[in-house]
Amino acid sequence: MLRFLLVKLAQLVPTFIGVTIVAFAFIRLLPGDPILLMAGERGISAERYAQLQSQFGFDRPLIVQYWDFLSGLFRGDLGNSLVTHSPVIHEFMSRFPATMELSIFALAFAVIIGLPAGVIAAIRRGKTLDHTIVGISLTGYSMPIFWWGLLLIMLFSGTLGWTPVSGRMSFIYFIQPVTGFMTIDSLIAGDWGAFLSALHHLILPAIVLGTIPLAVIARQTRSSMLEVLGEDYVRTARAKGLSSYRVIMVHTLRNALISVITVIGLQVGLLLAGAILTETIFSWPGIGKWMIDAISRRDYPSVQGGLVLIAFIVMIVNLLVDVAYGVVNPRIRH
Amino acid sequence: MALLDIEGLSVRFQTSSGLFTAVEDVDIRVDRGEVWSIVGESGSGKSVSMLATMGLLPWTAQVTANRLEFDGQDLQRLSSRQRRRIVGGEMSMIFQEPMTSLNPCFTVGTQIDEMIKQHKGGSRKERHERALELLAQVGIPDPARRIKAYPHQLSGGMSQRVMIAMAISCDPRLLIADEPTTALDVTIQAQILELLLKLQEETGMALILITHDMGVVAETAKHVIVQYAGRQVEKQEVKSLFANPRHPYTEALLSALPERAGDKDRLPTIPGVVPGQHDRPTGCLFNPRCQYATDHCHEVEPVAAPDDPARTLCHYPLGEADAAGATPDDAPNPPPRPESTDHRSEVRP
Repeated sequence: MLRFLLVKLAQLVPTFIGVTIVAFAFIRLLPGDPILLMAGERGISAERYAQLQSQFGFDRPLIVQYWDFLSGLFRGDLGNSLVTHSPVIHEFMSRFPATMELSIFALAFAVIIGLPAGVIAAIRRGKTLDHTIVGISLTGYSMPIFWWGLLLIMLFSGTLGWTPVSGRMSFIYFIQPVTGFMTIDSLIAGDWGAFLSALHHLILPAIVLGTIPLAVIARQTRSSMLEVLGEDYVRTARAKGLSSYRVIMVHTLRNALISVITVIGLQVGLLLAGAILTETIFSWPGIGKWMIDAISRRDYPSVQGGLVLIAFIVMIVNLLVDVAYGVVNPRIRH
Repeated sequence: MALLDIEGLSVRFQTSSGLFTAVEDVDIRVDRGEVWSIVGESGSGKSVSMLATMGLLPWTAQVTANRLEFDGQDLQRLSSRQRRRIVGGEMSMIFQEPMTSLNPCFTVGTQIDEMIKQHKGGSRKERHERALELLAQVGIPDPARRIKAYPHQLSGGMSQRVMIAMAISCDPRLLIADEPTTALDVTIQAQILELLLKLQEETGMALILITHDMGVVAETAKHVIVQYAGRQVEKQEVKSLFANPRHPYTEALLSALPERAGDKDRLPTIPGVVPGQHDRPTGCLFNPRCQYATDHCHEVEPVAAPDDPARTLCHYPLGEADAAGATPDDAPNPPPRPESTDHRSEVRP
């Protein structure tokens, strides 16, 4: 198992190097100049421009700048934000728990609803319930996140007034951050009101962010279940005289999960991408919103650092998925 | 009372192009401790008829029978819960592809244990002991180690032994073996057949062996049913079947045996294939491939003569041509019997 992990980790190195190149190049390929943007409408004198360029190191050759970025990365130094002048890693870490909390709730929503929906659709193949589930999940998959988010806000926050429109918690509560997860921190503080308020704020963005993963998981579960239901060993399980519940939940689902888990892992990258839109709609103070701000200001260190960190997290999650894959699939483990 | 009593079993599948009859009017009566064999080419409905008996066909299958009884219990009337008590416990089955018939996610021990737990119960320790005992009984070396193995770590022969161990774990009174050796090496085939017969003798259970191999039939069974295109065409004791096949199909199958081909360079074959859903002939289903077929065979579906113990589904059963009155009244011209020009008559015992 240790060897399996080490091999997988070693395989991540080239991917990681590639990510740093893409992250570094991406923001520089965008038109616009961070110094000009900082100067704003008043403009800037040529001398001051040159001075700032050399201060930030933008006058050096790109390859030198890249090397600077890469070597800083290995020292754990992502540089300072051009806008706030504080270290990028701090900026990132202060916002990341908000995104993570949102993503976890979104993924939980997607799995808790999507998995059973897929199983039910597979069992009732060709029946009305199956068509309904497949139809709904196709709709969910095709819906633009921002539009879906706005619709939900209009209904639940506007017309019905059930949920708040934005933010992570009501202003009447103040919770000392420990983990950065509002739900956990409020429980640590023993403040039930704050906990409920945190949940209240989470529901809508989690549903919006979780909709596409839910659709993907439901569809994958359904097709994977249908495939496994036709396997010889499922017939063997029925020939053993087991109840249909056991045949489906133990013998079929266990095997169907192998491909579903891969898909769930892939959704994590999608969640972080989707978080950018969802956080913007709900003014959620996470890395998605932060990245958007950094890009619009051409904050080079924040964008490249943020991209590398997000990519790193996605890679680690995929590694964990590979491990989980080995746990459910003995053919990989042995 | 017979252990397994099936009369007029038919299986139809709902397909996109209409209803397809895979099995029609099959009768089997198996008594306690008997060894039966069902033989026929692929597509003869051998497996389907037994899967129908076990209740293992997909929901697209419509199973009907005049009688479908196990030990006096009407399988068609039982609730699914009652039926599950018989399936696996009293009547169990092993399959053609041992490598894919075991669940890849669970160890051998877990899969045997599950079966015992379902039908016999007992403490975890007792069940474990029983599983070890079963693995030893089916000839798996080092059961204590193998019980922890996953199916992908086993060879085909080993997997089939595990399947057999599982199938006999609850002391069934009937074991149905659906081409248990087809996917295995020739040397392993003999071992598995030997094992099945040994277990049958030891436990006294009845055994139904589905096969397309006449050689297997000769070595194992006492009674034989020959099936063709979903119809039962002949039913005899194995000795008389080999000595006096009644149906031309049986005869053709027998003449394809290497032992019977004599010194011929090439083994005789039966030209053509079993008709499927879309190429069913009129009249006798075997007529396109039958060397004795007449116009009568092309037009009229044969029925078994009521006084024929072999229930031969043929207008002109073999070995009856000379017997007076054996030919149907509406068949004026009995077909000419090929004489020495045909190799089959030479090798017929």
